[in-house]
Amino acid sequence: MPHTSAPPPAAPHHHNSLTRIGWRRLRRDRIGFAALCIVGAYLLLALAAWSGLVASHWQDEVAHPYAPPTLFAGSAPHHLELNAADIDAADRRATSAAALDGSGATGLSADEDPLAADMAAAQQQAAQYRGAEQTRADSLPLGADQRGRDVLQKLLQGSATSLQVGIAGALLALGIGTVLGALSGYFGGLLDDLLMWGYSVFTSVPDMLLLLAFAAVSGRGIGTVVLVMAFTSWTGTFRLMRAEFIKHKGREYVRAADAIGAGHARRMFHHILPNVSHLLLVQFSMLTVALIKYEAILSFLGFGVGVTQVSWGAMLAEAPAELLQGYWWQMLAVTLCMSLLVTAFSLLSDSLRDALDPKVK
Amino acid sequence: MLAYIVRRVWQMVPTLFGVMLLLFVLFNWVGGDPSYILAGKNLSAEALAGIRQQLGLDLPLPQQFLIFVKQVLTLDFGTSWSTQQPVSALLHSRIGPSLLLTGSILLLGTVLAIGIAALVAYLHGSLTDRLVTLIATCAMSVSALVYIIAGQYWLAFKCGWFPIMGWSDSTLDNLLHYLPLPLLLGVIVGLAPDIRFYRSCFVEELGHDYVRTARAKGLSEPVIMLKHVLRNAMIPVVTSLMMSLPYLMMGAMLLETFFGIPGMGKEVVMAVERSDFPVIKAITIYIALATMLFNLLTDIVYKLIDPRVQLH
Repeated sequence: MPHTSAPPPAAPHHHNSLTRIGWRRLRRDRIGFAALCIVGAYLLLALAAWSGLVASHWQDEVAHPYAPPTLFAGSAPHHLELNAADIDAADRRATSAAALDGSGATGLSADEDPLAADMAAAQQQAAQYRGAEQTRADSLPLGADQRGRDVLQKLLQGSATSLQVGIAGALLALGIGTVLGALSGYFGGLLDDLLMWGYSVFTSVPDMLLLLAFAAVSGRGIGTVVLVMAFTSWTGTFRLMRAEFIKHKGREYVRAADAIGAGHARRMFHHILPNVSHLLLVQFSMLTVALIKYEAILSFLGFGVGVTQVSWGAMLAEAPAELLQGYWWQMLAVTLCMSLLVTAFSLLSDSLRDALDPKVK
Repeated sequence: MLAYIVRRVWQMVPTLFGVMLLLFVLFNWVGGDPSYILAGKNLSAEALAGIRQQLGLDLPLPQQFLIFVKQVLTLDFGTSWSTQQPVSALLHSRIGPSLLLTGSILLLGTVLAIGIAALVAYLHGSLTDRLVTLIATCAMSVSALVYIIAGQYWLAFKCGWFPIMGWSDSTLDNLLHYLPLPLLLGVIVGLAPDIRFYRSCFVEELGHDYVRTARAKGLSEPVIMLKHVLRNAMIPVVTSLMMSLPYLMMGAMLLETFFGIPGMGKEVVMAVERSDFPVIKAITIYIALATMLFNLLTDIVYKLIDPRVQLH
């Protein structure tokens, strides 16, 4: 069979940039690639939760309080609950008893009780506002919390919040650290002294104490937490970038850029920054993990996200009281979900560091 | 050496000034007017004015800053807004429990971590090594909160091996009764990252030429590990240890909060909850001072254990 075999296509000419080499190495690194996939999946979920595609109804009370996970529905501790029908029945019993012998819960008959008219009016009004009794589920895939909210939905929404806080805080901290570090390392002199002074001030107070001091004067909420974390954790990036810019500013390519008339800003951010950006990627990955952990502790202590928002820390804050009564599912779900992400992110940091190390060929 | 120490101490002055400036900006400017918090329910104009005058808030800002500087220099931070106790007396009573708790965690944790790390590094590449590294990586990913919540629930509440929380006036009682569980949990939380870090220090040292030389001249493995490798690997270990010393004063915030230990960490959390600014300011200044002193001490110790280091 005649077969016109095309000449083998010329190997595409790669300009082997570090990003490309790094990407190739990362794909070959099985653990690193798996970690990247897990982190990517979390990011997609967070985006979906953020845009309201999933878990936008996490505040709905869809099940009985502390409804157990479906798999453990038989063995979970039993929760006694009074619903509106029970209360009505008790009310009716009390009123009929009162009608019989003239003594209700108050021990007074209707004409003697000065509050009877008010109570009747109040009960009538309450009846107006009593919504249709919702059918509540007896069990949910991951169980329910104290108010009967779905733990799975809370978990998705909480993951989105925690990731959002971690990533936004890390990006902002990275931005502050990079700009200040670049200025400090590139220009040196008085500016460097001034910024180094700021650095020494911020590093002389432990992170957690600084976070709490900032939290003491600011309110709660996602935006505040992000700002507080960025203001307290830019120092590592600053030191790293300052050292890199000091190292690079005298290199030949930068002097060449100077010779063709590139300005300071162009030399700093167009010429030097791409050459050090692989360090920023690793730094970003490590900062995100650290900030997610900080957020959990801050929210747990009650200085984190607002009361109408949910995050992993806020969910863990409910755990001690739940455990005491034997309701373990919310804590287990948060722990597993958080550990998986943190492990994946740490492994990804390690792999990124190896993959982007220009010294390894 | 003396000249170096004097110069370093002199360099602390601008840093301390910066910390004061930061705290002042935070609490006197960003933090808004605290007299509303203090006045509580009797919110009359006179009450507010009285509080402002008492705190010096009616003075111009530079003058308020001078008052704060004077407080720092005399280490007299006035009285706590919530309990009306003098801040210095308050902190004095809080430092003991914190030191006992964090000191014992640091001691036990370091000894255990160095022992395990040295063993694992010696076996590096083996199944044990990979298993320990894997377990440590997984253990690190679980939030400290989970360890404490689960430990308090199972070990204290379910099994009843330890008291659930509490602290007593007698040190012996604390040591025997109240300390063990927070100590155990603190060590568990810190062990995984320490083992990983120390292991990498040991593994790096094991790859050096002098180890091969020592083996070649027929030294026994324990001698190589304990006499040669350990001494060199101790340099980064001691540095990281010294850097963690300021946290001794700060106490273990979460552990103290969970177990009701009246230490510095719990005090910080309570002060932030109650907006008790003088206490937060005082603790921050003290910790910043301690951090600076320990950093200096770290560099000196560094020089002592590694004669190649030049101080300048």
